[in-house]
Amino acid sequence: MNELALLIAAMLSAGTPLAIATLGLLINERVGVVNLGAEGMMLIAAVCGFAVAFVTGNQWLGFLAGAVAGACAAALFGLLAVWLNTNQYATGLALTLFGGGLSAFIGIEFVGKKLAEQPKYDWPWLSDLPFLGTAFFKHHPMVYLAIFLAVAMVYLLYKTRLGLVLRAVGESPDSAHALGYRVRLIRLFALMAGGALCGVAGAYLSVVYAPLWVEGMTAGRGWIALALTVFATWRPLRALMGAYLFGGVTMLQLYLQGEGVQIPAQFMSMLPYLATIVVLVLISRNPTWIRTNMPASLGKPFYPT
Amino acid sequence: MIRLEPRPQPSILWTYASPALALAITVFVAVFIFIAFGKDPVRGLSIFFWEPIKSPYALTELILKATPLMVIALGLILSFRANVWNIGAEGQFLLGAIVAGGLAVWVTENQIATQRWAFAPIVLLAGAVGGALWASIAALCKDKFNANEILVTLMLVYVANLLLSYLVFGPWKDPKGFNFPQSIRFSDDTLLPRLFATGRAHVGFALSILLSALMWIFMFRMLRGYQLQVGGIAPLAARYAGFSSRGALWTALLVSGAFAGMAGAMEVAGPMGQLTPYVSNGYGFTAIIVAFVGRLHPVGVVFAAFLLSMFLIGGELSQSRLGLPSALSGVFQGLLLFALLTCDTLVNNRIRWVGAKKSEAHA
Repeated sequence: MNELALLIAAMLSAGTPLAIATLGLLINERVGVVNLGAEGMMLIAAVCGFAVAFVTGNQWLGFLAGAVAGACAAALFGLLAVWLNTNQYATGLALTLFGGGLSAFIGIEFVGKKLAEQPKYDWPWLSDLPFLGTAFFKHHPMVYLAIFLAVAMVYLLYKTRLGLVLRAVGESPDSAHALGYRVRLIRLFALMAGGALCGVAGAYLSVVYAPLWVEGMTAGRGWIALALTVFATWRPLRALMGAYLFGGVTMLQLYLQGEGVQIPAQFMSMLPYLATIVVLVLISRNPTWIRTNMPASLGKPFYPT
Repeated sequence: MIRLEPRPQPSILWTYASPALALAITVFVAVFIFIAFGKDPVRGLSIFFWEPIKSPYALTELILKATPLMVIALGLILSFRANVWNIGAEGQFLLGAIVAGGLAVWVTENQIATQRWAFAPIVLLAGAVGGALWASIAALCKDKFNANEILVTLMLVYVANLLLSYLVFGPWKDPKGFNFPQSIRFSDDTLLPRLFATGRAHVGFALSILLSALMWIFMFRMLRGYQLQVGGIAPLAARYAGFSSRGALWTALLVSGAFAGMAGAMEVAGPMGQLTPYVSNGYGFTAIIVAFVGRLHPVGVVFAAFLLSMFLIGGELSQSRLGLPSALSGVFQGLLLFALLTCDTLVNNRIRWVGAKKSEAHA
């Protein structure tokens, strides 16, 4: 029983960076831009977040640094992909390659460094509950923030004027433009917001989850988050569910190894990647399902006239 | 005020000037990075652009690293022109290395008599088959289930990496290798013939030049190649003309996969001579930049491969000579691609200087 509680706890913890990054990419894609640079943004943010948390000793400053770094990287992407209308795929790839190099370059001094001991996060009373306390109430605040973000994003997208504008820009930039909305500016800000969230996710990995800096430590989570936006059919709550599902898959390998299942470690580590492919196949095989949910202008350049 | 104005026709001048300008911008930024880290920028640049070409031996090393880049990029340009985004060439490269390496290990262990010139085609073909099979997974997922090929090919990179890791840590580990994760050394007869008296450059380079010519013929002189490109530029026109988009998808992925796999075979049967977890050096990703810098053109990628090979060698040298991390190479690669994409705006647009008043009126 207690084992199950620990497994749930680990699943939530592992799913959190995926959830935050997926929500960020969801904002991007809702306004019609695919940012394949997610992995690069997360890496840059992870190293910046770690560096600041290490130097200042304050993890929250680390998160802030990660968010700022992610937003800056996204702004660079946005200037190219939105203003100059460069190919979104190629530009995103450039950001991922650049981010991988830059983070390794900056991070070389921080390899092998350790952060100061983190405080324990306990809720009064709740954390002492049997089972539930272990599973749900001993987490880092970011875990709850991810849930809050998902709910907030549902409200933002479907209940506010701003959300309507964002969706309009993604569904039909020409109509939004004709109504007088500044499509490119809105896309840029949405990209930066998404980049900031990817940045927070990256910083969570290096500051809380690991907590250390290793070159390429995101290990494809940016790409998995991109796949999760498809899996979630661009809906925030489904994104959250998807992220925890993948957190569970990540944890499953450790659990199975603990149970003494005789499968080589490398095959276990393949699980999240194989699961991503399986999930993509299952969701994408129904073209109408994708077409009805996908923002109509996704990946297409917009030229204001 | 600066305003971008669409050109009626893409500028041919800027198609070729854009990579040069992008390189100039990258070098400009590089100078700042060197100064920021207290290094002499002239020495820094000479490590990237002079050291790799200053002696015959250095040149053979340049060729050695340019070869896999060129072969992978030749496959990728076909794929990108067909608007099929195979960005997992790294994984196909690794599978090529695994299949070719496995074959070489098997031949070595069973002491099968062979000769370098006779075995080279076999091992390269094995690599190509491995790479094509790996890419075919993505083709199948896209064709049957409409799954995004970018994500599937990329996920398969991680899977390929883990598969290689499993093999060299497990069943293929050299029992006499002091527990290092590496296979036995392949027998001399299974390795690719060398090209020159000095250095490690191998026949793969000659083959890659031949492949470049073949790719040129396929793209610009054969109907199939033409159909692929029409499908990439104007899918509706291609459908109207009756060109199969499924055929294009499979051709693009199988060819680019086979090329990447062949490059992997060249690497293990060339300079490596055994399988280790570090077969790749990121060639599959660098080749994406090669493809773009080379203007998605089979001749262009030959030059671009040499340029990016300089970047790779310069990165290694700047670690040993300047004490800067070799990741610097990755920073420059990313910068180059960013700068290139920015400069490419000029291919389809021209810059117009607009008077302040007029622009206000427009806004």
